[in-house]
Amino acid sequence: MIADTIILVCIAIGLVFNTLGVIGILRFPDVYTRLHAETKTTTFGTIFLSLAVIVYAISRLLSDGDAQFLTLSVHTFVALIALAFTNATGAHAIARAAHRSGQVPSPAVIDRYSEGDA
Amino acid sequence: MTDIWVAAVVVLVALIVLTMVRLIAGPTVPDRVVALDAINTLTVAAMILLAVIYEQIIFVDVAIVYALLSFVGTLFIAKYIGGELGQ
Amino acid sequence: MIDILNGLVLIGLLVSALFIVRCRDLLSAAISFGIFSFLLSLEFYILQAPDVAIAEAGIGAGLTTAIFIVAIRGTTRWEGVRE
Repeated sequence: MIADTIILVCIAIGLVFNTLGVIGILRFPDVYTRLHAETKTTTFGTIFLSLAVIVYAISRLLSDGDAQFLTLSVHTFVALIALAFTNATGAHAIARAAHRSGQVPSPAVIDRYSEGDA
Repeated sequence: MTDIWVAAVVVLVALIVLTMVRLIAGPTVPDRVVALDAINTLTVAAMILLAVIYEQIIFVDVAIVYALLSFVGTLFIAKYIGGELGQ
Repeated sequence: MIDILNGLVLIGLLVSALFIVRCRDLLSAAISFGIFSFLLSLEFYILQAPDVAIAEAGIGAGLTTAIFIVAIRGTTRWEGVRE
């Protein structure tokens, strides 16, 4: 019974943060703010959705004693680790590529990153 | 209980369709890559939830493979945009 | 509910396929093709064919995008421009 409540809260948090990330992509003015909004909030929301699946698998494991739910929780955890690492690295690569392709943030007046390069 | 998981997946897929507005409208190529990255993350989340709905444990492995392979595509496009791929 | 899911994924497939055909920037078309194959993989997954979904994700995400980028690097980026 308490597991159902935890699962509902986790799903609600995950969906709210994913929705905020998509709103950020649609509303923000330039590529750096869009990237910031998308990466952080979407990764956080997906972590909570996976947490809901892990709590569900552990509750079924404790009530039924079926060993396949242990496999479900471990594999979901591995997918979560892979997603967290690849999202952070990919966001850094996109931001670096956008800066090297010549884009500047929209109200920017000084660019210390390219001064450091030169 | 199953209805809650299905409703969550429907919301995630609706968010994917909303993200495609930025794919079409995005003025520059890095904006479109941001949309690609968002769609990747949302699809992995939808796949993990669908494995619970169908009650097939083997389905979660597709999500792991997908998360690792989509990273390769994103990194390759980012290297090309940054001009680091050589000529 | 599963029917609504199928309909939304098919709408996404249609939009990305139309954008591939209409766009003049070939790099944007390659990115849109990546999104198309991701959504196709999700559709196979919803139809309970995980082996086909793994093959589609591997070929569409890893291989085809990289080959298209290498091809664009060897030619021109904009459609209809001659050097």
